[in-house]
Order: sequence, then structure tokens, then C-alpha cells
Amino acid sequence: MSLAARVFPPPYPAGRALRAAAAALKAEWTKFRTVAEPFWLLAGVVALTVAVGAVAGSAARCSSASCGLDPAAVSFTGVYPAQAVAAVVGVLAVGTEYSTGMIKLSLTAMPRRLTWLFAKAAVVTAPVLAASALAVAGAALAGWLILPGHGFTPAHGYPSLTTGTDLRAAVGTVLYLTLIALLSLGVAAAIRNSSAAIGVVLGALYLFPITAAVVSNPTIARHLNQIGPLPAGLDAQATTGINTLPLTPWQGLGVVALWTAGALLLGALALTFRDA
Amino acid sequence: MTAGAVTPHRSPSTPERDSFWYLVHAEWTKFRTVRGWVIATGVTILAITALAFLFCDITAGCAVSSGASGTASAGACPPAPPAGPGGEPVQDAFYFLHQPLTGNGTITVQLTSLTGQIAIGPGSNGQPQMGSGLQPWSKAGIIIKENTSQGSAYAAMMATGSNGVRMQWDYVNDRPGLPGSVSASASRWLRLVRDGDTITGYDSADGTHWTPVDTVTLPGLTDPKQAGTVQAGLFTAAPSNGNAATTTGVFQHIGLSWPATRWTATNVGGTGQNGVGQPGTFSQSGGVFSVTGGSGDIAPLTGGAGVISIQRALLGTFFGLIPLVVVAAMFITGEYRRGLIRVSLTAAPRRGRLLAAKAAVIAAVGFVAGAVAAALAVAVGTPVLPRTGIPVWPVSLLTEARMVVGTGALLALAGVLALAIAIIVRRSAPAITTAIVVIFIPYLLTVGVGPQGGGNGRGGGGDWLLQATPVAAMAVQQALPRYYQVAAPYVVVGGYYPLAPWAGLAVECAWAAAALALAFFLLRRRDA
Repeated sequence: MSLAARVFPPPYPAGRALRAAAAALKAEWTKFRTVAEPFWLLAGVVALTVAVGAVAGSAARCSSASCGLDPAAVSFTGVYPAQAVAAVVGVLAVGTEYSTGMIKLSLTAMPRRLTWLFAKAAVVTAPVLAASALAVAGAALAGWLILPGHGFTPAHGYPSLTTGTDLRAAVGTVLYLTLIALLSLGVAAAIRNSSAAIGVVLGALYLFPITAAVVSNPTIARHLNQIGPLPAGLDAQATTGINTLPLTPWQGLGVVALWTAGALLLGALALTFRDA
Repeated sequence: MTAGAVTPHRSPSTPERDSFWYLVHAEWTKFRTVRGWVIATGVTILAITALAFLFCDITAGCAVSSGASGTASAGACPPAPPAGPGGEPVQDAFYFLHQPLTGNGTITVQLTSLTGQIAIGPGSNGQPQMGSGLQPWSKAGIIIKENTSQGSAYAAMMATGSNGVRMQWDYVNDRPGLPGSVSASASRWLRLVRDGDTITGYDSADGTHWTPVDTVTLPGLTDPKQAGTVQAGLFTAAPSNGNAATTTGVFQHIGLSWPATRWTATNVGGTGQNGVGQPGTFSQSGGVFSVTGGSGDIAPLTGGAGVISIQRALLGTFFGLIPLVVVAAMFITGEYRRGLIRVSLTAAPRRGRLLAAKAAVIAAVGFVAGAVAAALAVAVGTPVLPRTGIPVWPVSLLTEARMVVGTGALLALAGVLALAIAIIVRRSAPAITTAIVVIFIPYLLTVGVGPQGGGNGRGGGGDWLLQATPVAAMAVQQALPRYYQVAAPYVVVGGYYPLAPWAGLAVECAWAAAALALAFFLLRRRDA
């Protein structure tokens, strides 16, 4: 397929576009579900989120009305390590195509490369979304069972652990994990090497908050917390002290969505303009 | 073809082929001939060095008055804190009731009461509501000091809120004396004896049986311009980390070996910035002195209280760790992916030796990259750091050498850890992720990042995370000393780690060794 045809593929005959997309989705879903590794990785996302959240909840103590702890943030602490596993799912979805040479076969079968990429993205999204929802539900249940016994009581200003803001924190965390998996998929499509891609993704996730914590200029720290995908995205977990956040919860998720869109765009460009 | 059997050709086995170094050389050749890995190692060095500039060039939001390049919009920096005799930034703010002492002499007092007031809540008129209470290091006692200017040499005997009698001198030194708190029924006798530059401190519970606490030599004590005259007398200070507080000491039986002159009261450091929180007062009746000093202390400044050190130059280590971990994992997963592992194991059937050779190469690469990067970072950071307007803690050459060598060891061990994990997992992306999560997440959870910044709503991860995980090795970069006698928040973001430098490195070493042992077990047991 020539570059011109790759960039501007001829339009599908009327009525064929949907069927082509469905076929691409079906093919990618078959690839995804017939390999054991993604299943174990998604199980790891759930296990890490619940286990680390339960440990953090067990360690948290709220002894007064102004203890400054956020029950939702405590319960969802497991997202810190779990997002790395979600990132691996996204990176490997594309990375293994390149490392095994499967990409040549895939693009021969599906010469419209962007169709292939977005089918890949869609196929990764659904299971990650489901696993994240399961993980967050498990962590929320653990927090709901553990935290009231550790001082998170109405007397200390936590009337209930199932308010609207708590629901937003849970939904925001699920969306965050899914966006991180898609971000990783985009980076892997742009870099084409799983190892380098996971290094870039984890660097982008973890280095912003570490830098923000140790930089002594509060203005720089605040900006780093606004542009970094991890600190911005986890603003969505806040249920207390929302006015002091560098971004509102939904703005924070918007920043992550921008990162993801940027990475997918880079991946799409690289895929379109480079030989596979 | 009925001729006699042909002897199959065998290449000669030379002794050097059996040597371990031959194997190391082979692994090194594999490493250096992959361009991406060499570039990634270069990125490690470059990241640490370049970020030294960023982390050291932190503007305090003010212009240093001595520099001409300050921007017009920035306000002037607060006055620099005084420096002690050792050059370290110190806090020197206390209430001093003194008289001159020329030549040698002795001062003796009986301290019968030590009480204090601390802020317990917001009060009226902007003044905090005060309640009685002592800080653990509230202090009252006797002191011999070069002069009344801040940062001058001194030695003091004092009673403290809950740390018994102490002898302290030249800001950073502290020696315990009699334990227990002071009361009318358990008074404390304190004595300082000056002999030239040498001062000996004694304490006693009854005024007759004296115990020497320590003898110290203070080179700066006798300024030639003062003709050997120093200031000696009573003092109180209330260390309170900037909150309002007072300390009151009641002294009697004041014995001076020289002809007494009039007592002069001085708030050392003045009041306000760098000085005491509020002026001290004293009353005297029939030889009993009641001396009250405001908030202040005679102590070194700490990282929590706005002191920085060259340690900041090494904060890029985290950035350098990521490419190094990626390369270390690929060093073995690449062999699995391409089937090279079968060739490697055919050439070196003793798998433990192959593993050792790989670990040696990656450790050497990590060490050289880390040490070179740290040395460059220190070199870059040293001239940049003083421009910040924040007082810089002086760091000895020996400590800098430990930081540089320690950073090399930190990266070497991280590389070995990543290599071992990669052998266990045999897949690049999961191996790299495991290594980075194990190293980074404990640090992240400890520094308390996230939605609410410092007090992130998640609470601190606790010191144990920095004692039990590989990131404990960051302690090897600690440049600021921790002072037992200064109550301050010794936290990671201030530059303090819970473990001693080499102990922290030992923790990372234990992790690398455990992972390597498991990798060795699995490598021998599994088919390649």
C-alpha cells in the first residue's frame, strides 16, 4: 500500500464500513482473549488495587475531627502500583505485535492501519474498564469494612462512605486506570518497543509527582501537579479538601484524557507514516 | 567410504576460555555493541547531571542582596541566618543575662525551677492563647560566649524540658549530664570553668558532689580584639519551630569567680526575623533570678527549617534509574526473545557463571554511570546552589565522596535487581514494571504526593517503607546531619532518611541478593 493510499485510503463501498470495523474488532478480540498473559495482568490490577488499599486502610488512623485523611484516597491507594500493571496491558497489546512480527500479518489483513489501531484500542478498553471497575469496587468494599473501625466515623466528620463524592472518586479512578492503559497503547504504537515504551510511560507517571514533592518552589510544584498525569488524574479521588486541589477532579481527569489523546495521536501518526 | 573412522574436529579448549573473565568480556561485548543500550546509559548520566541544575536552581522567590542580577519584581531575601564556627547555618536567638569575663573564671548556679508557656490555640488580638507547658528541648542554664553577636563560639550547661541536664557547645555538639527534670526538691547545680580556650562543664544534684560532663576547646572563643574578654551569664531559650513559647528559669546561689559587675540583659539576635519571638524579661530579689526568654534556640538549622545542601543536586537519580532499569532488564529478556539465550548457555553451560557475568557487567555499568553522573551533578550543583538565597549547609569532601560512590552503588544494585527480576519473569515489560514499582512506589507513598500535596489525605506511608524497600538506599545521598538535640521534622522532602547511609545501601543490597538467588534457582531449574 502506497503512503498516499495509507494516509487517504479509498472510501469503503456503501454499507461496508461498519462490517469492516466489526471484523477488525472481532479479530483483535480473538487475539486478546486467546493469550493468557492479559488475563493474569488484569487479575494483577484487581489484586494490587484491593490488597494495597486494604493495607493502607488498615494503617490509617483518624483520631480527631481534623485528621486530614481522605477515606476515598486511602481506600484507592492501590492505584499507585496497579496503574503500572494497567500500563503493561496497554503496552503489550501493541508491543507484542512488533516483537513477534505479527504486525506484518495484521497489517496485511487490515491494510487500513488506523482501523487496526482503533480496533486494538477498543479491545483493550473493554476488559481494562471491567477489571478496573472490579478492582475499585473491591477496594471500596474493603475501605467500607475497615475504615469506620479506624476513626472514620460521623463524629470525625465522615457521615457516610457512600456519598455522591465517593461515587465520583470511584468512577474517576476506574476511568483513570482505563485512560492510563490507552495512553500506554498509544506510546507503544509510537515507540514500537515494549521495553522502551513501558519505561517512558512509567517515567511520565511517577517522575512528575516525585519531582513535585522535592522541588522547593511551591509554584513549580503546583504546576507539576497540574500537568503530570498521575497527580492530575488522582485529583479525581479527592472527597475532602477539594478547594485546595491544584485542579478540580474532572479537570484532572481531563488532563489525563489529553495525555491519552496525545499519545494515541502520536501512535496513529507513527503508524501511518512509518513502515511497519 | 570404508576408510578408518574420521576423528571429529574439536576446537581446542584453552584455559582462558574457561575463565570467568572471558565470560564477563563476552557479556560486555554484548552490552556495548547494542547501540540503544549505550544510548540509554548515556541518558542515565545526562538525566542526573542535567536535573542537578533544575533541582539546585530553585529560586526562593527573592533576590539575594549581594547579587546584582536579582529581578526587579522579586522582593529582597530575608537576611541570611548566622553561621556557626564550623560554617554551618545556625539559629542563635535567646535571652542572655551576662557580664564580661576577662581571663579565666568559673560560674556556678543552682537552678530550682524550669517552667514554660506554649501557644495552645488562637487567642484574641492576633495573640495566641498561651498555656503552661515545656518543649522537650526548652532550656535554661549558664553559658560562656565569645560575644553577644549571633554565631559566635560558646559552651553552655543547661537543664532541658525533658532531656535532663545537657552540655552543648558551638551549636552542633551535645553531651548528656544528669537525667531527670528540675524542681524545687530536685534542683540542678551547673558550673562552667574557663581556662583560656578550654571550657569544662560540671553538674551536681546537691552543690557539693560535682561530676564533669565534658571538656571542650573552642578555638574561636578568644577574639584578640577583645583581649580575652568573653560574656558569661544566665540564659533561657524556648525552641518551638516558630510558634510562640517562653521558658522561665529560676536561678539562685549564683557564684562568680571574678568581681561581679552589673548584669546586662540582651536578646541575642534581637526580636523578629532570626531573633527571639518576644523580648525576654528578668526579675531579681535577694539573690534569686527569674529569667524568661521568648521563642528561639541555640542550634543548627535543619532541612525542615529552610536549609538546603548539595544533596539536592542528586535528586535526578530517580530520572536516571528508569533508563538503567530498562537496559538491565533487556540485557537478559533480549536473549530470551531472540533465542540468544540458547547460544549463551551452550557456550557457557554453567548457568550460575553466566548469571554472575551478566550481573557483573550490569553492576559495573550502573556503578560507573551512577558515580560519573553524581560527580558531574555535584560539580554542576555546587556553583548553582548558593544563588537560591536559601542557606546552604557546608558538606565535607568526604561526605561528597560518599554521596558520589554511594549513588554509583545505588544504581549498580538497582541494575542487578532489575536483571534478576527479568530472569525470574523472562518478559521485558512486566520485569521493568516490577522493578520500577518496587523501587518507586514506596518512595512515592512516603513523600505523600497526590491530591493534597504534602498532607495528601492519604497520610504518610511511614518510615518503614524507606527502611524495608530498595529505595532505602537513597539514604546514601543524605548530606544533612540529623541532630538528636534539635526537635525538627526530619522528613524525606527535607533531605532526611530513616536509615544511616550504608545501612540503607545494605537494604537494597539484600533485595538484589535475594532476587539474584531466586533468579539463579529458576535459571538452573527451568528450560531456557
